[in-house]
Amino acid sequence: MTKLIVDGTEVDVPAEYTLLQACEVAGAEIPRFCFHERLSIAGNCRMCLVELKGAPKPVASCAYAVKDCRPGPNGEPPEILTRSGTTKKAREGVMEFLLINHPLDCPICDQGGHCDLQDQAMAYGVDSTRYGENKRAVEEKYIGPLVRTAMNRCIHCTRCVRFLAEVAGVPDLGAIGRGEDMEITSYLESAMGSELQGNVADLCPVGALVHKPQSYEVRPWELSKTESIDVMDAVGCAIRVDARGREVMQIEPRVNEDINEEWISDKTRHAVDGLRAQRLDRPYLRENGRLRPASWGEAFAAIAAKTKAADPKRVGAIVGDLAAVEEIYALKILMASLGVTNLDCRQAGEAIDPAWGRAAYTFNPTIPGIEDADAILLVGTNPRLEASLLNVRIRKRWRMAPLAVGLIGEAVDLTYPHTYLGAGPETLADLAAGRHSFAEVLKGASRPLVVVGTGALSRPDGAAILAAAAALAKDVGAVTPEWNGFAVLQTAAARVGALDLGFVPGEGGLDFAAMAEPGALDVLFNLGADEVEIGAGAFVVYQGTHGDRGATRADVILPGAAYTEKNATFVNLEGRVQTTNRAGFPPGDAREDWAILRALSDVLGKRLAFDSLGALRRALYAEYPHFAALDAVAPGDLVATVETLAGLGGETNRSALVSAVPDFYLTNAIARASRVLAECSGLARTRGLEAAE
Amino acid sequence: MANRRLAPASEQPASFAFSPENADWAKGQIEKYPEGRQASAVIPLLWKAQEQNGGWLPRAAIEAVAAELGMPHIRVLEVATFYTMFALEPVGRFWIQLCGTVPCDSCGARELKDYLQERLGPPGHVSADGNFSWLEVECLGACCNAPMAQINQDYYEDLTPDLLGTLMDDLASGRPVKVGSQVGRTSSEPKGGADTLIDTTLFDGSRVGAWRKRFEEHAADDTTAEGKSEAASSEQRAATDPKPAKPDAGRAAASSASDGPAQRSAGGEEPVKAGDKSDAADSKDSKAQPGHPSADAGVTVARAEAAGAEAGTQSDLPRDEPPPQPLASGASDDLGPDDATAPSKADKPSGTASKSGAPKTEGN
Amino acid sequence: MLSDQDRIFTNLYGLHSPGLEEARKRGAWDGTKFLLEMGRDWIIDEMKASGLRGRGGAGFPTGLKWSFMPKKSDGRPHYLVVNADESEPGTCKDREIMRHDPHLLIEGCMLASFSMAAHACYIYIRGEYVAEKHALQKAVDEAYAARLVGKDNVHGYPFDIYVHHGAGAYICGEETALLESLEGKKGMPRLKPPFPANMGLYGCPTTVNNVESIAVAGTILRRGGAWFAGLGGKNNTGTKLFCVSGHVNKPCNVEEELGITFRELIDKHCGGMRGGWDNLLCSIPGGSSVPLVPAEQIIDAKMDFDTLRGLGSGLGTAAVIVLDRSTDIVSAIARIAYFYKHESCGQCTPCREGTGWMWRVMLRMAEGRAQRREIDMLLDVTKQIEGHTICALGDAAAWPIQGLIRHFRPEIEKRIDRYSANPHSDPVRIAAE
Repeated sequence: MTKLIVDGTEVDVPAEYTLLQACEVAGAEIPRFCFHERLSIAGNCRMCLVELKGAPKPVASCAYAVKDCRPGPNGEPPEILTRSGTTKKAREGVMEFLLINHPLDCPICDQGGHCDLQDQAMAYGVDSTRYGENKRAVEEKYIGPLVRTAMNRCIHCTRCVRFLAEVAGVPDLGAIGRGEDMEITSYLESAMGSELQGNVADLCPVGALVHKPQSYEVRPWELSKTESIDVMDAVGCAIRVDARGREVMQIEPRVNEDINEEWISDKTRHAVDGLRAQRLDRPYLRENGRLRPASWGEAFAAIAAKTKAADPKRVGAIVGDLAAVEEIYALKILMASLGVTNLDCRQAGEAIDPAWGRAAYTFNPTIPGIEDADAILLVGTNPRLEASLLNVRIRKRWRMAPLAVGLIGEAVDLTYPHTYLGAGPETLADLAAGRHSFAEVLKGASRPLVVVGTGALSRPDGAAILAAAAALAKDVGAVTPEWNGFAVLQTAAARVGALDLGFVPGEGGLDFAAMAEPGALDVLFNLGADEVEIGAGAFVVYQGTHGDRGATRADVILPGAAYTEKNATFVNLEGRVQTTNRAGFPPGDAREDWAILRALSDVLGKRLAFDSLGALRRALYAEYPHFAALDAVAPGDLVATVETLAGLGGETNRSALVSAVPDFYLTNAIARASRVLAECSGLARTRGLEAAE
Repeated sequence: MANRRLAPASEQPASFAFSPENADWAKGQIEKYPEGRQASAVIPLLWKAQEQNGGWLPRAAIEAVAAELGMPHIRVLEVATFYTMFALEPVGRFWIQLCGTVPCDSCGARELKDYLQERLGPPGHVSADGNFSWLEVECLGACCNAPMAQINQDYYEDLTPDLLGTLMDDLASGRPVKVGSQVGRTSSEPKGGADTLIDTTLFDGSRVGAWRKRFEEHAADDTTAEGKSEAASSEQRAATDPKPAKPDAGRAAASSASDGPAQRSAGGEEPVKAGDKSDAADSKDSKAQPGHPSADAGVTVARAEAAGAEAGTQSDLPRDEPPPQPLASGASDDLGPDDATAPSKADKPSGTASKSGAPKTEGN
Repeated sequence: MLSDQDRIFTNLYGLHSPGLEEARKRGAWDGTKFLLEMGRDWIIDEMKASGLRGRGGAGFPTGLKWSFMPKKSDGRPHYLVVNADESEPGTCKDREIMRHDPHLLIEGCMLASFSMAAHACYIYIRGEYVAEKHALQKAVDEAYAARLVGKDNVHGYPFDIYVHHGAGAYICGEETALLESLEGKKGMPRLKPPFPANMGLYGCPTTVNNVESIAVAGTILRRGGAWFAGLGGKNNTGTKLFCVSGHVNKPCNVEEELGITFRELIDKHCGGMRGGWDNLLCSIPGGSSVPLVPAEQIIDAKMDFDTLRGLGSGLGTAAVIVLDRSTDIVSAIARIAYFYKHESCGQCTPCREGTGWMWRVMLRMAEGRAQRREIDMLLDVTKQIEGHTICALGDAAAWPIQGLIRHFRPEIEKRIDRYSANPHSDPVRIAAE
């Protein structure tokens, strides 16, 4: 720790702190543009200049380390002045320079209202400029469908370039030219390829990079902001849902150090327009082969008629990828009361049995725990597409210190260097037998991590692969009481919660694939499963939000609420329990899902024992206490689970492993309804084809 | 500097690949840098690509270089647009870069600029015959020969509009031209010849090895208390001694010149022995055995001294501490006999400071 | 005048062959092994004793700089990087060393590298110096062929030397920008600390030295630090290559003692002032980055670091640009302002935005198309750039204009008055709020 005097206040800070951090500790606010806590230090905006006693000129506090300060002649602590005349003049000068070529288009600028330049000009600038020459004009750049440019406004802080190069790990942007003609652009104005590119607009301290889909649509002060979590993948990123009236206008990231730090993927951000399109806003009933709008009463009556007539053995219930814990719980109780055992949530047919223990289907080391790993083996997964923010964490880990990453499955660009080991499960066997040099790497690592993707589990030999991976993890010392080095990478937001609830076939029950077989059932309750084809025969009750595949096959449609429209619990891939908060109401007659099931239960004569969300949760927490521990990961017994898994055995076949997410942008009904994401998907496909050539 | 953009698509060649010899050359360049640092070779490779492509850098070349070095395209584009010597659009067969910075500007670059403007039109355009294009550039570092221009890779200095016009005519018609000064200067010496660097002993090899005298003297003095005290801190000495006397350490003393190449040359011998030319003095000397001074009569005095110093005396010096300062031997500061042609040193009273290296008084 | 015997660059004008054989006769590679065997500390002490100050412009003591390198390697290699990106307007000395006396430079590289435990040296030569690059490369090849350098050389100290070629960027003369450029990036200066001696080329300890500073090392070591310190004055020791350009009768490069007076320099070596001494307007004594010094102050000034600093200017690279009374001084400084606008790398705000601003105002002032109050505004803008940038280019851009306003304000005012006295249709410029 080093003593330092900031504006007369003595503080004691670690020597490796920067002056900016030290000033913040002392409570002095330092303006900045280029500096960002999660990016490398550029020191180029010069806004954070402060006077350091004894230094010949003001120093950039973002880049100057406390340890580089010299004590005074008599050993007094270094003194920093953030309010002195020198500091003030330096700030005013820099602010003036930033503004001389910055256009005066604040009234039409999307950044208006949350613009760092505006705010800091108010706080640290002077009231007028002395610049009488023509302002610089910079050509607009096309850098993709998600980010619009207004390059006249660019202040060349290079946050965007640094974010993509450092966090996202793609060289999409650069600064060409030099001097006052320096311009931020992509290579010959090609679209950025990162799945995290939207963050550059968040990072942009001015209005040079703004979100294209909602440009000219919103002003920050007219939005109601709701803190929530994302369900586009199983990571559960912290988001803020901004709504105007009942319409969700934009989704922005929130800070959650344990999960997404402060980034979100483009799918998370830009699924917004999918929340408006193709919505199911009233119940529908199939009559004479056509769906017609119906009243809730009509719909419930039709369901009741079919259900009461059916043998419980010929009734089933499936749960899709976006369902929240509350409705799954309600559905489970309802089905139990009907005597139905045909339940399943494993839409992709994953070889996962909750009986093996919770550790068999969660990401046990947790996301922050990745930073402790020193070797990672990825089996049948492409984390960049399946869990972008988890991949960011792996990349962060790689940037901190050398990290060996091995990949079995599709040869993809993970954004960090890795060893491609092979395509199929036989590579896993090679590793286990020590026939591959990467086996030594894993063995030599003190905290190896084996990650199995759901792509690997959703195969006929999924259980055998899981067993082999678990055996390997055990063998290389990945599973110890101190280190949870075995992980399953889930891709669906609903999955862990549903598995926690045990929403899997009961005694003699049919599994997901069996229920989807033609003629397998008489009545099938489908809670938002849109990724499978349901065979002919069954009377399908679809409860969901979008007119997607599930609704097309439905006989009755019950319109539910999307994740921004309900207070709902989700469990992320780590097993972390989080809740969404309602930012707006569902459209039309649509209702919150648990309430629909509650109402239906009444009609079915099996009235559920809760009349409010609070009551439901009380019941839920009583039965499954870990759901009550919000934002926490209930630890599982990984050692025992891995022991179980390793003992499963089984034969693997030789077909290549594929990722569970073939198209990043179109993984669920909301995303598929988004035109923005459809455009991204098209671009990604084209890029893939070009790369293949 | 306006925005530097790649040439329009219509001008861009469809593809670019290094010729076999350039590809070999590129490999050699990459090898200069440590493993994994091949990006260091980006500028040399872009240069070569520009050279191969007639003096400008097309998009395909940027991509080829990026592929060669495993760099993202945007990083190579950044480099290509940052450094102004990469021409991103086609240039004339003779690409005239006229220096317009102050030293040239004050010596007539404006007239040259007007001339080029008149003859070739605005900068950046290739003349109709494809022969020329021109651009005003910043200081080219030949300021003593201002004004000047770089045409393709060569400097043409001491220009006037007329000289430039003639030069351009000659270049266009393929006549031989003289690179460098156009008014007969060799390089940056004063016009009409320098009156410095005319002492012939500078060039005849007679001074080689003379400097070792101070180490020998020092070695001899090493045992004396005086020598040791002086050795205490050379740094301190330099700091406290405002202007130490000039020792003659490196001057050619009369003795050393007596058997110098000049003398031998006069006597009909080859000034420098063939063996000496090819073989570094060090390599030979270092093999000399202690106590066996070279018996070779052909070895110059200076070299014999050197061998002795290196093989014998010097080995007694402690290696791990700074050796003592040599005594300044200002007494022999007078010019050697060969210096007769040099300007008098009379205006340098400091040259005759005392042997002890006493501080020179200020005001000299 | 400096005696020929005390000149280090004896082939400055290229009247003799730059080849190894001739270079040896002139004293290069003479007893290099002997010097190396004197040891690392001896070399550094001798350099310190010589009082040699870096010849690249900043004048930092070279021996001291060498001593900053870690004494023991922590596993990272050490590098010597020679700054041959000679781009300071007015400066053309390193060019002559590289094409006429390259062996002095190569030998100096060897000695300096040895003293800093570097086994590799990169010479970063500016892109425009194509012929010089070839000349230097030829000399390096000669040195390799004679096994003077290389992995297995006669000196017994493995040492590789590489010539690296830039591509036109003044900023690469800044040491950290040069390192960036050498790593294959844009030449944008790095933040300091960390200094190159800790984190330089490829993150390894590195020393960056000017060509002249390195090339004099061999001679200094041979003849002794005391010899070098005996030339020039206190804190301003030794000889220096002066590049005299502009309005003198015979512009030239010349090696002279530091502390020679301006008058003597011009009279002895440059054939005197064009049109006589009364015709001298001012001089920019250290390359375009330093403020100009008006005639009456410069004429008998000693040309050394401290005297010129005392005159509010600097010795810089000793590129003496002499301007006579025919010079349009305002437009000359405007031309310098353009140079800095052109060469600003664009990394940090004050320089990126300020150099263009200053140039545009200067351009108007050169015509008189300005207001008197803009002079003070311009001065204030230069102060806002100075000291607020990452590297010294911002300062370098500000100083010439400060020098102009300090010494030639009446000239600017005269122009403004003359312009506004005549009918013109320019609106009074009012800044957009």
